[in-house]
Amino acid sequence: MRVCLWGTRGSIASPGPDTIAYGGNTSCVEVEAADGTILILDAGTGIRRVGDTYGQPRRVDILLTHLHMDHIQGLGFFAPFYVADFEIHIWGPPSTTEDLRRRLARYFSPPLFPVRLRDVAAQLTLHDAPIGSFRIGGLEVMAQSVIHPGPTVGYRITDGRSSLAYVPDHEPALAYDDRPTDGRWTSGTDLARDVDLLIHDAQYTPEEYAMRVGWGHSRVSDAVALAQLAGARRLVTFHHDPSHDDTELDAMLEDARAAADGVEVLAGREGQTFKLGGDSEHD
Amino acid sequence: MAQREIELILFRQLASSLALPILLVDHDSDLLFFNEPAEVLLGQRFDDVGEMTLDERRAVFAFLDQHGNPLPPDQPPLVVAMRERRPVHRLVSLRGFDGVYRALEVTAFPLLGGGGHLIGGVVMFWERAGQQAGR
Repeated sequence: MRVCLWGTRGSIASPGPDTIAYGGNTSCVEVEAADGTILILDAGTGIRRVGDTYGQPRRVDILLTHLHMDHIQGLGFFAPFYVADFEIHIWGPPSTTEDLRRRLARYFSPPLFPVRLRDVAAQLTLHDAPIGSFRIGGLEVMAQSVIHPGPTVGYRITDGRSSLAYVPDHEPALAYDDRPTDGRWTSGTDLARDVDLLIHDAQYTPEEYAMRVGWGHSRVSDAVALAQLAGARRLVTFHHDPSHDDTELDAMLEDARAAADGVEVLAGREGQTFKLGGDSEHD
Repeated sequence: MAQREIELILFRQLASSLALPILLVDHDSDLLFFNEPAEVLLGQRFDDVGEMTLDERRAVFAFLDQHGNPLPPDQPPLVVAMRERRPVHRLVSLRGFDGVYRALEVTAFPLLGGGGHLIGGVVMFWERAGQQAGR
């Protein structure tokens, strides 16, 4: 599988001279299987540039972890939406109250956006992602609820040779006191178990988190602890706080590496690509 | 062993921080956890007992109604709540791990997830002040 990070920022896009190294686009990760199956994980502002890379109409599946604005804001600027021969499937977390179309339409309609979902030129199909496993082309996807305000899932994706867990918005620490010790009682463990690559929320320093308990996000140490508990081989910290410039993210990465015994840690950087399975590598 | 559903994870954490006695079961009614205030009324520490299957729990606990009559196996509040997918409130006497009967007021309710699927069940209970247990 090829995994490309198109947006690694959380909460709100943060372009500018101080964020050039890690990037300012919000959450978007592209996964391509060997058979050409394409999954796009979340539609933050990073999805805009993804759309420009598809020369010919094709099927694209967009998997949304949840519907907070930083994860859907790029949808309206995803160029394939406006090309009739594209087949686009959007998957989102199930809700007990409304289907995905109605929930997305709150953003994808006036006055918040001038285009309505029904007016999109592409062949659009919306799905409530089943909690559990399902297949999309050559990839097996597992969706599981995670701790975050509102209906939110994480995704685990495998091609049979390698695996990726994508949990960009997650606050497992709501359910433990200091650090997780029991995988049965730690949100996200099943998703991250023995994965080759774990992309996980690491928005806050410990001092910041103390003032933001319940906001739905993790300290860097929480991401590291979950990676260790679940046996993930490599952790990519993600959903960088918009107030953290490149220098601060470098420092947070060093702290994470100092604590990450047995887990390789990288800080998610826009444009970063990973090749999983076979000779795994990243740039 | 597979991770518990997040609703159970969060409820266990909530129960750990409350002064109200709470007991938590999974969708098979196997005992997952009871908090410190519950330990007083059940007569044993959770760390000493651990998780228990429904059958193991049935061998330990015994229920009497408020008149001192044994409750049939299908009538304890949590059993009714899980079966009928609704809250149940009742006065009972409960024989706990220590063999002692205590007069309790019990509220039990099912934990229902999206689509109505049963995740588990919760029992909140407290001792009825000044009440004598059935036996």
